[in-house]
Amino acid sequence: MNAQKRSAAVLRMLVYAGAGFTAAVLVLLVGYILVRGIPNLRPSLFAWKYTTENVSLLPALINTVLMTALSLLIAVPMGIGSAIYLAEYARRGSRLVRLIRITAETLSGIPSIIYGLFGQLFFVAALGLGLSLLSGAMTLSIMILPLVMRTTEEALLAVPDSYREGSFGLGAGRLRTVFRVVLPSAVPGILAGVILGIGRIVGETAALLYTAGSVAEVPKSLFHSARTLSVHMYALSGEGLYLEQSYATAVVLLVIVIGINALSAALAKRIARRST
Amino acid sequence: MSRIKEMAARVIFALAACISILAVVLICLFLFANGLPGMMEIGVWDFLTGTRWKPGNDIYGILPMILGSAYVTAGALLIGVPAGLLCALYLSRFASPRTQRLLRPAVSLLAGIPSVVYGFFGLVVIVPLIRQLFGGTGSSLLAASVLLGIMILPTIITVSESALNAVPDSYYDGALALGATHERAVFSVLLPAAKSGVTAGVILGVGRAVGEAMAVMMVAGNRAVMPHSLLAGVRTLTSNIVMEMGYAADLHREALIATAVVLFVFILIINLLFSLLKGRSKA
Repeated sequence: MNAQKRSAAVLRMLVYAGAGFTAAVLVLLVGYILVRGIPNLRPSLFAWKYTTENVSLLPALINTVLMTALSLLIAVPMGIGSAIYLAEYARRGSRLVRLIRITAETLSGIPSIIYGLFGQLFFVAALGLGLSLLSGAMTLSIMILPLVMRTTEEALLAVPDSYREGSFGLGAGRLRTVFRVVLPSAVPGILAGVILGIGRIVGETAALLYTAGSVAEVPKSLFHSARTLSVHMYALSGEGLYLEQSYATAVVLLVIVIGINALSAALAKRIARRST
Repeated sequence: MSRIKEMAARVIFALAACISILAVVLICLFLFANGLPGMMEIGVWDFLTGTRWKPGNDIYGILPMILGSAYVTAGALLIGVPAGLLCALYLSRFASPRTQRLLRPAVSLLAGIPSVVYGFFGLVVIVPLIRQLFGGTGSSLLAASVLLGIMILPTIITVSESALNAVPDSYYDGALALGATHERAVFSVLLPAAKSGVTAGVILGVGRAVGEAMAVMMVAGNRAVMPHSLLAGVRTLTSNIVMEMGYAADLHREALIATAVVLFVFILIINLLFSLLKGRSKA
């Protein structure tokens, strides 16, 4: 009996240690970067122009917003369209549906550096778009497509069939039912997916290095190179001269990521409350 | 009129759904078309098993990088799997609702932190720590393993936790009824029952570790030689591409794309294993 109690205590300790380790890693990482970074957040880092004397992060921050908006503009309609097809139109288990699912799953497992290389070979070189905002956004939109597809499909499937039946019963066609009835009630779920997508875009470096390039200016057009904040952070820490600015940039990135996480948690809570 | 509109809508949605098929086909096509000729020119066997990578002399062997990726991934699993699995057990069967509410967002925040930030943290904390404890430069296989072990934690935790939560309550109740303690029931009944889901999580973690580029590159030292010690610098398949793609030309460039082909094939195998296991854990 005593031995059993002892082994139970050891196992419990191990489990607590595992959870403690995870929590400690997060606290250490976030805490360290905030403590070292916040004192380095000087107003000069938010100057309009990037120079080698003052490696301002503002252009990169603006580029991140542009890159995110453009990527979403491409990926969200495609992803929602695909999800509508899968959830509302396709026959379940048809060969096409199986193929779409397999390829979407494959896409979600491909590492970002492979996306970067593909973007370089296809958008930058073969289509002749050059190292540009547009090449980067197209590359990223393929990368987040499976994410938007999956979350949207889940949201659509969670809409009760009685909604659809009611709409059909009132004489509405399928298209009208999808846009007037099903999509509006799936909006929170779709938004949750989009927010996750934003998180991936903001944090991406490897896929952008060789597609959008690393010019630290706000681009004049879609066809100019633009570094996002993550690429900026990588460029700074690689040069080794800008340790303080790297800390500050890390703080800005962390704050954005924490904000995105809080937003998606709030949304998830709302969805959970509505479904009960 | 409305019939035409309905038909058009169906076609448009179907086309949108086919974009992911098109994307996979294009990715395969462009990678293989640009990578295979170079691999042929170098010689497939020489390329895969060559131990020297010297672009200046047109010598391209990627065995050091294949081993680098393998060792770094193994090291990451050694750290990430025990810690992640224990944390998943905690979340699933030990935590009070309040600590769950604290720990779950922490895990998803870990998943959301950009890899450059992880890399930077490794560069300013883990690398100097290893330098002080063990000497050398600090940028090493060990540093990369520790960092990747942390980075794959959220993947392993979330997948394992949902596998554990999916085990029917009757298993646990049955174990208790036979006189097992809570801990014993969790470890010797629930955990084995969730085995294939947990394995799927580990495989997903392997995929992340093998595919991670930036963070590894910032801490691994990146020497393109056969890895010989935990404290020596290693280069992975991913960092080989990132480091040299910026200035490579001709055969060198093709060799880098061929490196990506090798990485891509590894990832496809890992994905296949994952979906096989996931299928089994559902059945």
